[in-house]
Amino acid sequence: MRKKVLKVTGIILSLVLVLGLMTGCGSKKTTSDKKEEKKQFKIAKKDLKIGVIHISDPSEGSGYTYTHDQGIIAMQKKLGLKDSQIVRKTNITDTDPTKTETAIKECIEDGCNVIFGTSWGYMDTMEAMAKEYPDVAFSHGTGYKKNDSNFNNYFGRIYQARYLSGIAAGLKTKSNKIGYVAAMGKDNAEVTGGVDAFAMGIYSVNKKAKVYVKVTNSWFNPNEETNAAKALISQGCDVIGQHCDTPNPQLEAEKAGVWGVGYNSDMTKDAPKATLTSTIWNWGAYYTEAVQELIDGTWKPEVYYGGMKEGLVDIAPLNKKLIAPGTEKKIEEAKEKMLSGDFNVFDGVIETNDGKKVGKKGETLSDEDIKGKINWYFKNIVVK
Amino acid sequence: MSTVLNLFVAAVLAGTPLLFGTVGEIMNEKVGHLNLGVEGMMSIGACAGFMVGYQTDNVVLALLAAFAAGVAAALIYAVLTITFMADQNVTGLTLTIFGVGLANFIGEYMLNHSATQSLKLPEHISAQIANLHIPVLSDIPVLGKLLFSYNIFVYIGIVTAVICWYYLQKTKTGLNVRAVGENPGAADAAGIRVIRAKYINVLIGGGICGIGGAYSAMIICGGVWISNCVNGLGWISVALVIFASWSPVKAIYGSLAFGCFSVLKYYVPKSIISIPNAFYDMLPFVITALVLVISSVRQSKENNQPASCGTNYFREER
Repeated sequence: MRKKVLKVTGIILSLVLVLGLMTGCGSKKTTSDKKEEKKQFKIAKKDLKIGVIHISDPSEGSGYTYTHDQGIIAMQKKLGLKDSQIVRKTNITDTDPTKTETAIKECIEDGCNVIFGTSWGYMDTMEAMAKEYPDVAFSHGTGYKKNDSNFNNYFGRIYQARYLSGIAAGLKTKSNKIGYVAAMGKDNAEVTGGVDAFAMGIYSVNKKAKVYVKVTNSWFNPNEETNAAKALISQGCDVIGQHCDTPNPQLEAEKAGVWGVGYNSDMTKDAPKATLTSTIWNWGAYYTEAVQELIDGTWKPEVYYGGMKEGLVDIAPLNKKLIAPGTEKKIEEAKEKMLSGDFNVFDGVIETNDGKKVGKKGETLSDEDIKGKINWYFKNIVVK
Repeated sequence: MSTVLNLFVAAVLAGTPLLFGTVGEIMNEKVGHLNLGVEGMMSIGACAGFMVGYQTDNVVLALLAAFAAGVAAALIYAVLTITFMADQNVTGLTLTIFGVGLANFIGEYMLNHSATQSLKLPEHISAQIANLHIPVLSDIPVLGKLLFSYNIFVYIGIVTAVICWYYLQKTKTGLNVRAVGENPGAADAAGIRVIRAKYINVLIGGGICGIGGAYSAMIICGGVWISNCVNGLGWISVALVIFASWSPVKAIYGSLAFGCFSVLKYYVPKSIISIPNAFYDMLPFVITALVLVISSVRQSKENNQPASCGTNYFREER
């Protein structure tokens, strides 16, 4: 008898633990102002309710999800939306379709009529859900799928910013070895295109420097990212670029007394003694535009691929104490050419590191190629 | 040669958080409690250690806080499983979910209340947890770098493991503790205070895990607070317990080996040996499986999981 009582008490206490956690962290809103919308999406500002699906937690303080959330906050401020009009779902693993679906359903049940999914892996789930809920606008970040009525995708030319940050790295390096912590391997066009642009920026100012790439195989893994950076530094790299979510490579560089180029948000706040600049996203540029269009009734399920010109990507203010002399001028020149449309990084014939040639003279790679088909490394890249 | 040297140093650093987690879990399992909450206890320890370090700029206080927080987290588990006989697996898993969530929750709160939306450890404490430079010893060529140039956590970890080994294998209390883990009924009949032994070990184990968490937050993440900073290290520690065959001293080699596996892919030159990264990622687990097979073939009682591990002890049911 006593055992039973104890067991039951145990179970109850476990439940209390779980419930306490749920109520502690949940950001559920109780107000439900569900409205019937028409297909062309003209949603009055007060009826808007936006669901945002995040792969991790904005509270990281820097990195991918934080940057997206800053974009949402910027949009909210600019358009004057109330806190209750934004529903955030955090830590939704993008390799788990069931979890993704549940999160989106929760948003819709909560009255959301716009869903932003910020991670690549939500793509197929969002496509299916868009069919199921024709009255909700779905917008998917970093993917390539869309439909004709209520599902689009958005992404940006971060490679433009990476090229510029490469200039800062190429001028700064003394060992002529520049490291790069890459989240994914050669077959991932987003990451590989980014390394290539970075390497091409370096090559434009420093023909001797080589770029060493280490792949972590994960978008977010603090431990792996630190280890990869450590390995690069031990092999003599003195500038560490990165395409991963935590500032750990920058911090590792700072510890070792070398330099780095951050990603996603301005990482000088994390590693002021190492970070030369960071390639950054201003997602607010897209979110503001998209939501404004939804309010105006001009939103269309189109592919959005903004760049430097649209203000979606940029480099963070240069760290004046660290950069090599002349960096600002070189970057400014390249940036102007990009803004005027004369230069788009992947122009002309490009030599790869296995002796092949990509692209045609006088042309630039198409957006489709840049987004999905870059699986070659530029000639100064070494994978060791 | 220098690559091998660098690999060894990186392996030690990557293995240290695992060492704490493993020794903590061994302390638990030796009294018959399979605690799957390692990840949660590490997260809570990470949060407490980091936040106290951030506020006080004192490494001793940070370590104490991490230990105390680990103990507090383990206390939840201990009360539920030892006193209230809740299922050990379920409680452990719950503790993991709770711990990770709580750490992120506090982290988010602190970030939102910081001026720059960034939490970085102050200079003083950063210098204290940086790699040590011991006069003379650290200057010995090769050996100095190999043995005497790590941060204090590494040395604390090894000392902790050796103390735990001594306590479990060489003291009378340790003998009692192991008896409890093998057969609590018999231990009880022999006059050993089973419940007390269980509580003491589970709590100390939790504290050790907490320090491992602090390592993740303060060393791996370079002294900047990042959510989910433990990110699975706790789970690898649970696997490492099997690899170390429930011996804190073997856990030292084990964590070095696991640390080595986890960084190996960054040091093996791709130009010489080109194996997909996925192969390196699965190494620790394949080898754990092999160790399980080998140890079950050998069937030595000494190297096996304590017999009562996973089942609660209810005195009236003896």
